[in-house]
Amino acid sequence: MGNFDLYAPKLVDREEYFSPGHRACQGCGEALAVRLMCKALGKDTVIINATGCMEVVSSLYPTTAWKLPWIHVAFPNAAAVGSGVEAGLKALRRKGRIPDRDVKAVAMGGDGGTLDIGIQALSGAMERGHDLLYVCFDNEAYMNTGIQRSSATPFGASTTTAPPGAVSMGNKTWKKNLPEIMVAHNIPYVATACNSYPLDFINKVQKAKAIKGPSYIHCLSVCPTGWRSPSETCIKMGRLAVETGVFPLYEVENGKYNMTVSMPETLRPIEDYIKHQGRFRHLSPEQIRIFQDRTNLEYKKLLDKIEHSRSWDEISAE
Amino acid sequence: MGERKGMEIALAAAEAVALCKPDVIAAYPITPNTHIPEHLSDIVAEGRLDAEFICVESEHSALSACMGASGAGARAFTATSSQGLLYMAEVMPIASSMRLPIVMALGNRSLSGPLSIWNDHSDIMSQRDTGWISLFAANGQEVIDMMIQAFKIAEDRNVMLPINVNLDGFQLTHVVEVMDFPLQEEVDDFLPIYQPYASLHPDHPCSMGALGLPEIYAEATKAREAAMVNSKETILKVWDEWERHFGRRYDPVQSYKIEGAEIAMLTMGSMSDTAEVAIDALRAQGVPIGLLKLMLWRPFPYDELKKAVKGVKSLIVKDRCVSFGGPGGPVASEIRSALYNEPRRPDITNYIFGLGGRDVAVEDFIKMIDKVRFADKRTPKEHYEFYGVRGE
Ligand SMILES: Cc1ncc(C[n+]2csc(CCOP(=O)(O)OP(=O)(O)O)c2C)c(N)n1
Ligand code: SF4
Repeated sequence: MGNFDLYAPKLVDREEYFSPGHRACQGCGEALAVRLMCKALGKDTVIINATGCMEVVSSLYPTTAWKLPWIHVAFPNAAAVGSGVEAGLKALRRKGRIPDRDVKAVAMGGDGGTLDIGIQALSGAMERGHDLLYVCFDNEAYMNTGIQRSSATPFGASTTTAPPGAVSMGNKTWKKNLPEIMVAHNIPYVATACNSYPLDFINKVQKAKAIKGPSYIHCLSVCPTGWRSPSETCIKMGRLAVETGVFPLYEVENGKYNMTVSMPETLRPIEDYIKHQGRFRHLSPEQIRIFQDRTNLEYKKLLDKIEHSRSWDEISAE
Repeated sequence: MGERKGMEIALAAAEAVALCKPDVIAAYPITPNTHIPEHLSDIVAEGRLDAEFICVESEHSALSACMGASGAGARAFTATSSQGLLYMAEVMPIASSMRLPIVMALGNRSLSGPLSIWNDHSDIMSQRDTGWISLFAANGQEVIDMMIQAFKIAEDRNVMLPINVNLDGFQLTHVVEVMDFPLQEEVDDFLPIYQPYASLHPDHPCSMGALGLPEIYAEATKAREAAMVNSKETILKVWDEWERHFGRRYDPVQSYKIEGAEIAMLTMGSMSDTAEVAIDALRAQGVPIGLLKLMLWRPFPYDELKKAVKGVKSLIVKDRCVSFGGPGGPVASEIRSALYNEPRRPDITNYIFGLGGRDVAVEDFIKMIDKVRFADKRTPKEHYEFYGVRGE
């Protein structure tokens, strides 16, 4: 398995299922991640897309960037539509009306469409156990409507609805931990990923695809437009998010936590990450310290889970 | 030819849906339609119907799941009422814009508040302009028949639109009636397997639900309007076919004792059957009165209505809904506009009544008719009136 990473580039599908010609901004991490996800999924996939940047940039009628069957219905309901697609395919397959082969339903949405307005539909779909992969492309704000805060927006970030001002520091809340909420749904596979770690992301998508049941991947997707960072720094920014411990890459397989990308012995200071982004420009040293402390705490909590968690199989084998 | 038995109408509706062999059912409970999905889940559990029954977490998801299923090429069904329909509202026009032939049973119920679980038509009227075909049933038999007709109409290649079958909450949903149930072979013969125009499958990928710029939105909307207007032809065809198969006749505007009538009353839904009794009583006294029953609400049957009111001097339109601060009831407003350009149009009186489950008896119809019959022609009349409101 150790060699897999070495050979994996050769195994990545050459086919572009999310084709060039979409209208995402230059250096959009989300578009890159979607493209990688599609390669990992391959042909036998149906994509269900929530309203948001990725839907808007890819489906401008009469063009489409999608080589896979793709449906967009609304902002809050990708997971519910996905439930229906999965159930529909299942019924038609059982009745012999479509070819008898696995076709994976994959729902996707931004952080707004996933953590906020769509969380009810997502929770419902996961709880019901559909054979559905849900991928959240988290660019940490409602980018499609112009950078409003979401519950995934990090502490201190400036957004158009949480702007810093004489009496405001920007966004005052902490990022909602949706991967953890998904783990609490007792689904077999939950992972975090980032557009800057393509092989790690591809591996996770392939793992999730292979599971017969619900799975969830939370992919940090750098948004130069909303983060106020230069387009060409997209990959670097994602790496810094990981190396500072702001967004560690891990997976939870049958309840067992694992780090999937090796972390530095000591984390880089978060300043290395946030200083390149206009959205954090206004933060005071004191605010940066609060952000740093919380990041350290969250990271330790994760390490603790990695060290102490055991998979359901291990627990029940006792 | 069929099987005759007594049953609660909601259960009968479920039996009728099962005869249509839907592939996916997704519904969320809300009184008074609840017995329909409940009974369908029983039918699925017993193995009488091979379908995926999705216990969604909300109505929004119920319709969304139906859209996913229908998009994948499956026959999809849902049911709701009142706030549940409003919770689906976001998705209602998207379903019709995507031309997905989903069928919904709508157990009509008033809207909150005050919270009321009883019948009127304010739920469907709030979703009137979302591009769904709307049928109104007056009794259990019509519920069964329309449920089956609905799939056939919606899935016709010339239509491809979602459709709701309206049945009054409690007055129909919870009433036991003796009805004719078609046999499975008869329904199979009438309703072929759904053949989607396009579906979500990797063997023939397609994109559904694209973004439309101003250059395309108007054209897409006009196309949907054309599909809606043209669907009437298919509806009439399906109803003719229904009569050939099952011997029961359906018309967009059904008339009762309308020959030689100078006064006509127009109703929708379950009150039509009560109204017939009132018409019988007045006809027995020699009053030249008849009844028009609107079975097709969308697309609106303009030609049939104009034909039906020929010779009628006074038309009394009944609404179980109010358009606040507007033209009175939505049905009357529709009918006024439909007849506006007619050279000899009847005088129209609009009564709003039976709201939130208020009982409507035969005497009430007679009182309302008498008020019109004996009205003082010199006093200008209000363009609509609430009937039976206490404290006035
Ligand atoms: C019910 C509803 N409310 C609001 C909107 C407007 N809206 C469209 S996309 C969007 C934000 C999308 O943000 P996110 O899900 O984070 O995705 P991103 O565009 O950032 O990738 C909003 C608020 C909508 N389409 N529907
Ligand atoms: S706003 Fe951000 S997420 Fe949206 S297309 Fe542009 S870079 Fe990508």
